[in-house]
Amino acid sequence: MAGIAIPHVTYANLEDEMKILVAVKRAIDYNVKARPKSDGTGVDLANVKMSMNPFDEIAVEEAIRLQEAGKAGEIVVVSVGTAACQETLRTAMAMGADRGILVQSDDEVQPLAVAKLLKAIVDKEQPGLVILGKQAIDDDSNQTGQMLAGLLGWGQGTFAAKVEIGDGSANVKREVDGGIQTIALKLPLVVTADLRLNEPRYVKLPNIMKAKKKPLDTVTPADLGVDIAPRLKLLKVTEPPARAGGVKVADVNELVAKLRNEAKVI
Amino acid sequence: MEREAMEFDVVIVGGGPSGLACAIRLRQLAAESGHDLSVCLIDKGSEIGAHILSGAVIEPRALNELLPDWKDRGAPLNTLVGTDRFLFLTETRAIRFPTPPQMHNEGNYIVSLGNVCRWLAQQAEALGVDIYPGFAAAEVLYHDDGSVKGVATGDMGRHKDGSEGPNFAPGMELHAKQTIFAEGVRGSLTKTLFARFKLREGVDPQVFGLGVKELWEVRPEKYQQGLVTHTVGWPMDSKTYGGSFCYHLEDNLVAIGFVTGLNYENPYLSPFEEMQRFKTHPAIRDTFEGGRRVSYGARAISAGGFQSIPKLSFPGGLLVGDTAGFLNVPKIKGTHTAMKSGMTAAESVFELLRAENEPGKEAVDYPHRLKNTWLWDELYRVRNIKPSFHWGLWPAMAYGALDTYVLRGKAPWTLHHHPDHEALKPAAQCREIVYPKPDGVLTFDRLSSVFLSNTNHEEDQPCHLTLHDDTVPTRLNLAVYAGPEQRYCPAGVYEFVEEAGQQQLRINAQNCVHCKTCDIKDPSQNINWVTPEGGGGPNYPNM
Repeated sequence: MAGIAIPHVTYANLEDEMKILVAVKRAIDYNVKARPKSDGTGVDLANVKMSMNPFDEIAVEEAIRLQEAGKAGEIVVVSVGTAACQETLRTAMAMGADRGILVQSDDEVQPLAVAKLLKAIVDKEQPGLVILGKQAIDDDSNQTGQMLAGLLGWGQGTFAAKVEIGDGSANVKREVDGGIQTIALKLPLVVTADLRLNEPRYVKLPNIMKAKKKPLDTVTPADLGVDIAPRLKLLKVTEPPARAGGVKVADVNELVAKLRNEAKVI
Repeated sequence: MEREAMEFDVVIVGGGPSGLACAIRLRQLAAESGHDLSVCLIDKGSEIGAHILSGAVIEPRALNELLPDWKDRGAPLNTLVGTDRFLFLTETRAIRFPTPPQMHNEGNYIVSLGNVCRWLAQQAEALGVDIYPGFAAAEVLYHDDGSVKGVATGDMGRHKDGSEGPNFAPGMELHAKQTIFAEGVRGSLTKTLFARFKLREGVDPQVFGLGVKELWEVRPEKYQQGLVTHTVGWPMDSKTYGGSFCYHLEDNLVAIGFVTGLNYENPYLSPFEEMQRFKTHPAIRDTFEGGRRVSYGARAISAGGFQSIPKLSFPGGLLVGDTAGFLNVPKIKGTHTAMKSGMTAAESVFELLRAENEPGKEAVDYPHRLKNTWLWDELYRVRNIKPSFHWGLWPAMAYGALDTYVLRGKAPWTLHHHPDHEALKPAAQCREIVYPKPDGVLTFDRLSSVFLSNTNHEEDQPCHLTLHDDTVPTRLNLAVYAGPEQRYCPAGVYEFVEEAGQQQLRINAQNCVHCKTCDIKDPSQNINWVTPEGGGGPNYPNM
């Protein structure tokens, strides 16, 4: 292994330190205006730019920062989906993750199935910390991290704005309505990243080249013995109703008349 | 400032058809001969295809030469041109003209050029090309002897004022024995090369058009796969060069666009609004009724043709594709010529590096090789058509017929071009144009349009639309030309707003779709378009 350098850490001490598992999802890029298919069966993704879910990017960044601070050892990134998710894993490895695992499936995978698959990976990899994005920007489920913690019987620090790893425990500051809640949790632990946890780094060109050579394993749900059959049925995807333009009213009488007769609110 | 550097044999700037064809041809030649060479291609778009916008009907001639088995490799050329119509529009009527011979489309395909580029990039990567989208080439690097050493990618993470932010990452130097500039129309680095190596000396100025395009999903009963329509006439007056295209692709998708010659005179003209108005013509609007607009974008077009081709080689590098300008204007196609120039450049560079594996040499035989290809002959024959439009539509149509049918492109004279930015007349000499208000169904405003181009730039970065002199917008552009930048920009980047009782130019750089029109049309050439952070700009799907 001589000659392969990972920022601030070498492979020799990786093994003694806490491994971090990060789950990343390939989702429609945040700049793209999502457009439902005309038959309402889903969002049209043909030739649309896809990227790593932004909250997952924050999760990867947090893992790298913990590693750089000497709080963690190897970083393993996992994605569930089609072969195209390899690109997402390579991006995570270009940011600084050490290796990738793709759970390859061309079928739809819902949050519960992803949580079960991740549990199977956790059982195998034995990380001390799992970090996920709080939710994916495509389906906004916000379920996988919580269900994974439930399946593992681990503590969960969701909507994390700050993560401090101590000796066998962690303090997580959570973004809750109206403020920040700080909780103390035992390791191992599931953390889901919120927007303010960090600002992900720019990926450097030489690191993209290096990431091409990092190990990436592919397994299938069947290899992991997980049934991924959907439990939820998608009924329809439609565009939100267009907002009607505003109108100017001449006086109070007209306003009241419109509120009464058109808007029917008074 | 310390920057890391990487070494390659060849670096290609830009992942459009010319750059990708060049990369593919280089790696093919390396594989055939066993003489290996490393090829790196960078693109400022977030992914290959993100900044590509074209009609597009493409002639597969160059692709047949490059990858003869493209069909088996799943190239996204799925719709052969079927019915081909050429219409002259008056305000209320459409008169069908015979389709000019250059515009015949037998064997040509209606495509999304963005998707073709996505596919070409896959082919290139499979051949071992290193492709890095999301990295903008911001600077040309030179050896001490003045030859091109490579390019540097732009810094990432600077604040608006230029200071370094918390995630600041300096650009990378990419060194190459040969650097190939495939930046597309009005390349920002190519512009500096023109000046440094005097590449435009003795040739006509480049002239441009602005293409504004929309993609629509139309009702099945309005859809006719393979239908191609071009129009001239309304809404342009007979003095202004412009015309439309309308192509029925697959899956009920119809591409519609309007190209306005950027040598227009009236500063009140708005290419964006001409496109919107054009859709309301009785012969056009029917197709789109009940449909929905799914994408929008705009891009300048190099229309100078043969007499505007600059010197193509210089020590350490070459120009390929539309940054040089190989569009065949009467044919309204440039993909096949762009690709052919890239492939020809690849052959020259490969021979050069095999003979003399040193940096900074000049591939002098590239232009000569190009002159012996069909590209040169094709562009030579049509060279007088576009400049004849300087006389207006009808004389040009008459001249075009004479030049095409009688002289067959072999006229003993060559007509010349005038720079677009000199064409504007002071507002006082022009009639103000009042465009109809958008209805939000068939016609739209700029902001709702830019929304569909999925354009984004990190807001806190230095403005990439730089002004040589901050006083020019108000003092000259607004005072004399009534602020033409607020009309020619198809993305609403430029706005005059009142501040402290004075009209000031506000630049909304994050809306910029990278069409380059401002860099071209600003009357005193005061606007210099430079690359923003890599990955910014539009994210065109299927354009």
